[in-house]
Amino acid sequence: MSETQVDRKIDIKGLSCPYTFIKAKLAIESMEIGQTLEILLDHKAAINNIPNSMRDHGHTVLSVDQLDDREEWTIRVRKEKD
Amino acid sequence: MDFTEEQLLRYSRHILLPEVGGKGQSKINAARVLMIGAGGLGSPVGYYLAAAGVGKIGIVDDDKVELSNLQRQIAHSMDTLGSYKADSAKATFEALNPDVNVTPIKKRINRDNIFDIMKDYDIVVDGSDNFPTRYLINDACVIEGKPLSSGAILRFEGQVTTIVPGKGHCYRCLFEDPPPPGLVPSCQEAGVVGALPGIIGGFQAMEVLKLILGKGEPLINRLLIYDALKTQFRTVKVRRNPQCPVCGENPSITELPDYTQDVCSI
Repeated sequence: MSETQVDRKIDIKGLSCPYTFIKAKLAIESMEIGQTLEILLDHKAAINNIPNSMRDHGHTVLSVDQLDDREEWTIRVRKEKD
Repeated sequence: MDFTEEQLLRYSRHILLPEVGGKGQSKINAARVLMIGAGGLGSPVGYYLAAAGVGKIGIVDDDKVELSNLQRQIAHSMDTLGSYKADSAKATFEALNPDVNVTPIKKRINRDNIFDIMKDYDIVVDGSDNFPTRYLINDACVIEGKPLSSGAILRFEGQVTTIVPGKGHCYRCLFEDPPPPGLVPSCQEAGVVGALPGIIGGFQAMEVLKLILGKGEPLINRLLIYDALKTQFRTVKVRRNPQCPVCGENPSITELPDYTQDVCSI
């Protein structure tokens, strides 16, 4: 996993699309530009959808990592604009 | 604002939009919109603003629901025949979205009560059906500096424009004075096709949402004209008139004049 400093973490396990992105979007809206959000999730489709939507919104996806042998992932996104 | 789980579901398609998001949705939920008229235009405007979650909606209308309204005034129904349109619309909009607080104002708006009625609202929607009221609303909005969405329909044609005092034209820059009574027929005399207010009212609701969000380019300095028979839209450029009697450099209308004119209500 990368060594980025994480400013905020959210756990959205149990949620499916589009609520995975909605929760992530609301979290990133409340942060400052340049800060990094880490999203913990278990909905597999969202590991593509969240990064795509975050890029659409102009943010930078830093990493998508699977946790050891589990159906769980973390996505790190840096906020680039309000 | 923090959304409840129910609100996250209800407003999810707004929150997904980059132009709206949670912040924009919070602005919509905090917005206060005054609608004048709960008829053909007021019905779809109010429906969509309520669906969008506009927190406070005032509805000014002193008419009661009649059977001849139901061909186009979709906020009302057979169940509300004979009741005040403002009450009927309140029930419809609050049934759609309990987040919305609708205040029925069962009065005829006039120069003596308009400022008092307007003071609790940030944006005004003109869905009135006569020229004296249209000019009254325009003048009051210019004097108070309140944004106004103005719509009008007759037969198969509709018009819509957005007036933001200080930023562009007003209704008197377009047409300085009301037409003499009898020159322009009313819907009652000339008819109006039932789906038309849905289209023009839809534009008005969209313009109001853009004003609330501060996004996009509202119809400032523009008049949109829709010909339903030809399915044609035209957008006409309008310029602010420096000699306008209400929004010009030396306005002659600084207090509301007497608007009384023989009008038959619809």
